[in-house]
Amino acid sequence: MSAAEDVVTEAPAVEAVPKRAMTLGTGTSLVVLAALIIMPVFVKNFIIFQMTMLLIYGLAVLALNILTGGSGQFSLGQSAFYAVGAYTTAVLMEHFNVNYALTLPIAGVVCFGFGFLFGQPALRLSGVYLALATFALATAMPQLLKLNFLEHWTGGVQGLVVTKPDAPFGLPMSQDMWLYYFSLAVVLAIYIFSVNLLRSRSGRAFMAIRDNEIAASAMGVDVALYKTLAFGVSAAITGIAGSLGAIAVQFVAPDSYTITLAISLFLGMVVGGVGWLPGSIVGAAFIIFVPNIAESISKGLSGAVFGVLLFLVIYLVPHGARQVAILGQQLAGKLRKN
Amino acid sequence: MTTLLNVKDLRAYYGQVQALHGLSFSLNEGSLTTLLGANGAGKTTTLRAICNMVRSSGAVEFDGKPLNNRSTESIVRFGIAHVPQGRGTFTTMTVEENLQLGAITRKDSAGIVADIERMYAHFPVLKQRHTQQAGTLSGGEQQMLAVARALMLRPRLMLLDEPSFGLAPLVVRDLFGILGKINREDKVSILVVEQNAQLALELADQAYVIETGRIVMSGNAKDIANNEEIRKSYLGY
Amino acid sequence: MELFTNQVLAGIATGAIYACMALAVVMIYQAIDHLNFAQGEMAMFSTFISWQLMQWGVPYWAAFVITLAFSFVAGIAIERILFKPLVKAPVLTNVAGFIALYAIINSSAGLIWDFTIKQYPTPFGSSPFLGSQLISTHQAGMIGVTVLLLLGLYFFFQYTRIGLAMRAAASVPESARLVGINTSWMIALGWGMATAIGAIAGMLIAPVVFLEPNMMGGVLIYGFAAAVLGGLTSPFGAVVGGFLVGVFENLAGTYIPGVGNELKLPIALALIISVLVVKPAGLFGRQIVKRV
Repeated sequence: MSAAEDVVTEAPAVEAVPKRAMTLGTGTSLVVLAALIIMPVFVKNFIIFQMTMLLIYGLAVLALNILTGGSGQFSLGQSAFYAVGAYTTAVLMEHFNVNYALTLPIAGVVCFGFGFLFGQPALRLSGVYLALATFALATAMPQLLKLNFLEHWTGGVQGLVVTKPDAPFGLPMSQDMWLYYFSLAVVLAIYIFSVNLLRSRSGRAFMAIRDNEIAASAMGVDVALYKTLAFGVSAAITGIAGSLGAIAVQFVAPDSYTITLAISLFLGMVVGGVGWLPGSIVGAAFIIFVPNIAESISKGLSGAVFGVLLFLVIYLVPHGARQVAILGQQLAGKLRKN
Repeated sequence: MTTLLNVKDLRAYYGQVQALHGLSFSLNEGSLTTLLGANGAGKTTTLRAICNMVRSSGAVEFDGKPLNNRSTESIVRFGIAHVPQGRGTFTTMTVEENLQLGAITRKDSAGIVADIERMYAHFPVLKQRHTQQAGTLSGGEQQMLAVARALMLRPRLMLLDEPSFGLAPLVVRDLFGILGKINREDKVSILVVEQNAQLALELADQAYVIETGRIVMSGNAKDIANNEEIRKSYLGY
Repeated sequence: MELFTNQVLAGIATGAIYACMALAVVMIYQAIDHLNFAQGEMAMFSTFISWQLMQWGVPYWAAFVITLAFSFVAGIAIERILFKPLVKAPVLTNVAGFIALYAIINSSAGLIWDFTIKQYPTPFGSSPFLGSQLISTHQAGMIGVTVLLLLGLYFFFQYTRIGLAMRAAASVPESARLVGINTSWMIALGWGMATAIGAIAGMLIAPVVFLEPNMMGGVLIYGFAAAVLGGLTSPFGAVVGGFLVGVFENLAGTYIPGVGNELKLPIALALIISVLVVKPAGLFGRQIVKRV
């Protein structure tokens, strides 16, 4: 044993979510879905817009859940992929008149490539080192978007305005409502894809890598391939979320995609329950609504109130919303017995 | 003969799995007792439960004082030194630092310095390597270091978890010889967990056999060693 | 060539800031195996405390010492009250806790002292050091204090009993408990020391970057990067890393076209990460051998 070495047998840094607990039961899922479908009929346009943003951020948190909760790789850089997706859509729509729906798969492919490429150097990094690398990516992105020689395409510091689409086929609904249903469909499709991905062979490969990389590699899992694949998939989904975000908010600008977004998405993942896909929307709700609540409690100390609320959440449920769901399940079980 | 350690109805759990199912035994002051059994029987768990390193219930008393809800480090301060499986050497620190750490809870610096010299007398190879990083020592040397470190506490009771593991037979004989000496001359009571039943029974005066988390046999070490039936059924030789 | 030498020297001077911060980062990392995102804010808050004391008429060095003591106690208190309950929680939950702490401290400082920048005095004066145009007396003072701090820490860890106990607790916590060390309190002590070191860093940096609640943001990242570059297990590496980061940053700004102030940070980070890809444990860190 070399004197300069520390031999470490580590517990995995990201804890595993038991397989049967990975998603909501069929019954609960259908109830939630029904609620999501019916809801816009009863509320004002602004609320519909907020719900759309909820779905969009939920999608971005889901992507992070696949990367960190699934393959065990940390990322504080998701805002970069979100930005690339958003700008891809904006540039395609505004400079090339591409139909908004078509920009989504294109953004997905572009971001997949970007994520896959980033995953390559990231292969040699893990834990805190990977966090630092992704952090660098996130801080670089707004600056890269402001670069002078890209200004013709990106609109520089001002960014680009994005036109919100009307409902197609003359359907009798507002733009906001159409966008909501469109986003819901996209999110649903990706959610189903993600659940199946994590249950598939690739998903098992991800989780093997997360739990014990050396053992996984010894069992023949192509660690390099799956790690970069995880980054690619996660980046693609985040990019699609960014595209939807660009359309919903109707503009893109470099300072909308800072490290604060990346940190928020990370917090959303923790609050929702790392690796628990349904929790993504709970996490998204936290990062959208709690800062507003904090500000309404105290304008001057909004950051401090947010911090306190965050602490409360992590003390009560250190494992995030998943813990609440498990408690709920246990309660339901007890009630059924009685 | 006073009872030094008294274990009653000890149960221990690793998460949802129960490893000890109501273990009871006791140790007299000055004795050298061995805990035998097959792999997975619960020997290591017993030692860990005594030091409260694993979730457990039941009563453990040391010198009449209950150990149950105390932290590991406070149990150690009662005078129980535990040499864990794998030795737990501070590999990045020097041999001498490892010995100093054994005495970290003591306040008598002159006594500590004297004891370090005594350890070097017991284990000359440690003196040779005293400025070397502990991780560079061989398995046998690290085991000696672990025992020496435990002795630096001036413990009343020493717990050893499979000290023969991974060591050549001659080295094991040496080590066990030293353990016997420590027990007789320094009056340190010893509880040693071992898979190598034959050697352990030669060294010890009392023996207990564990199987799936329960004591199935207890008695004088010589009697157990001479009882062919017991040896064949429980100890495999 | 002269430009290069000048930039290198200037980089070393600014690097003292990062070196000091990196020491605090390594200190905490040794204790808890995590990077604490709120450390910069804690350093900033301590610096504000010292500023406030001076506003109330307390002389510089008295304020310095009182602030150190306060920071040490505050660090221990924060660990015991806020993070001890999270010891069994997953790593990522702890990280969320650091982020929450960041928000609380940053926001509170903004409310108490507002966001206008304030002048902060230096005990070293700001004249050119030994007549050189590149290093001021304050920067020389910073380098001097950082080196002293490093020596002090070395002495503490190598030659004191409690330093030995802390090293043991960080190295093999289970064995440390088996020799009677209260590893939980060692963590608290690590926090206290890291907070005090952070306070020193803050009080040295403030004269240069001016005192305001957001002053430590960039510095902390460079501090992390420096600590990681040096090898998270080595205080000496952290200090060397800090100086190197200062030099990288300056050279990048000077020699890479199009790199204004905004891109310096990502470029410096990119350089550091490239080093890590080649030497994953950092320049002076111990190679960690992972066993299945």
